[in-house]
Amino acid sequence: MATEVADSVVRESDLGFGEEAIRHRKELLECIQCGTCSASCPTAYAMDYTPRKIIAALRADQLERVLRSNTPWLCASCYYCTVRCPAGIQFTDFMYLLKRMAVERGLHPPGSPALYQAFVNTVDRYGRSAETELMIRYFLSTLNPLGLIKLAPFGLKMLLRGRFPLLPRRIKGRRNLARMLEYIEEKGEA
Amino acid sequence: MAYTYYPGCSQEVSTKAYNLSTWAVAGALGLELVELDDWNCCGTSPSYSLRSLSTFALNARNLGLAERHSPGCDLVTICNGCFGIMDKTNRRLAEDAELRERVGEALAVIDLEYRGSVRVRHLLEVLVNDLGQETIQEKVTHPLEGLQVAPYLGCAFSRPSGIDDAEFPTALGDLLSWIGADVVDYPLRASCCGGILMMSDKKEVALKLVHNLLADAVRRGASCLATACPLCHLNVEAYQGQVNARFGTDFSLPVLFFTQLLGVSLGLGREELGLGTELVSAAALLAPHMT
Repeated sequence: MATEVADSVVRESDLGFGEEAIRHRKELLECIQCGTCSASCPTAYAMDYTPRKIIAALRADQLERVLRSNTPWLCASCYYCTVRCPAGIQFTDFMYLLKRMAVERGLHPPGSPALYQAFVNTVDRYGRSAETELMIRYFLSTLNPLGLIKLAPFGLKMLLRGRFPLLPRRIKGRRNLARMLEYIEEKGEA
Repeated sequence: MAYTYYPGCSQEVSTKAYNLSTWAVAGALGLELVELDDWNCCGTSPSYSLRSLSTFALNARNLGLAERHSPGCDLVTICNGCFGIMDKTNRRLAEDAELRERVGEALAVIDLEYRGSVRVRHLLEVLVNDLGQETIQEKVTHPLEGLQVAPYLGCAFSRPSGIDDAEFPTALGDLLSWIGADVVDYPLRASCCGGILMMSDKKEVALKLVHNLLADAVRRGASCLATACPLCHLNVEAYQGQVNARFGTDFSLPVLFFTQLLGVSLGLGREELGLGTELVSAAALLAPHMT
């Protein structure tokens, strides 16, 4: 019975695509709720729901609550949960999937993906990450110019050591790279 | 045997010391590195947090270029983040035919293909396994005797890659002991530094993790930390001031890339190892070991 319920929840949750969806669907069903993931997570204390609770909530058809929570955005991608899970669940990858789903459906907590979006924006344009532009874009997008000012002493120290990237570096194949990413955008990520 | 070298974006400016010392050490040890021409950013966790296929395609471009330009050569990176996502791309492409097909279509747009023949590796693991203790020790002229080093590897070196123990990786401590350092017993060696959270609105969480890492290293008598990842390095080194401000501590613990410490033991000079660029100076600490 429990399996059937979980099965239908997962099906309706539309978890990702292809092999990834199949794997995560199987994982949700195989979790034994032991809590090793939550006990191993260095940021669980700050999460709305711990990793174990995320799986329990999904089984209870609470996908929207999960996607609205701060949990996926507190995952630092340390992979402790993944390597310790006795059921072999790759929970870190699951967190990544939840982040993508939350953004796709516009359910994420305000501001949470802003840094990542600014990062991706510079990478797609130059072919390299551009730290300075990234931080400027990030603080502007979160309407937090004060954050940028607070960062100034740190930036100055880095500048004095020759470690402050003033200009973005660009790859030669950046137009090609942009074409490839546009093609994916047209065809769809999923 | 030559290796294709992938430095990663951080190494261009903000942690250029890691790139400089890698080239210097490779030269001194006779490790032939050929930088991958026109490599692009791996996208690391921010990209994978927002899109799956594009992230795999970004990495497949690098892998495809490596396969085309230097067939048969391993791709070596010095960043845990780059290593983690490139290794993941390789494994996902190998196990998922649908993904392989879709990445292949994207690469075809730029007249590239990737057949899956490139092995992704981390420089530390290459030094420990391909060169090994004897080859490295033969070249050591300035053993780091008396230097108390805590080996801090962070997450993505061994998790989930499995190239070293997931809970207690030993590669860094081994290498440091070969070059004469006193390796501090450091159980937090593979704990998380907070990664990208340090730059985000979750900074508070990352500062606390770094505080724990520094406090434990100091408690155990470390006079410096050795790292093998630019993001770990930035978090535990450049953010020490902010950790101190937040927790009322007075940490001033030098943090060095393992390639810098290895370089010192090989008798290399300050400039070629990028020494002097750290925010917490290591000059006094290393002075007795440098000629």
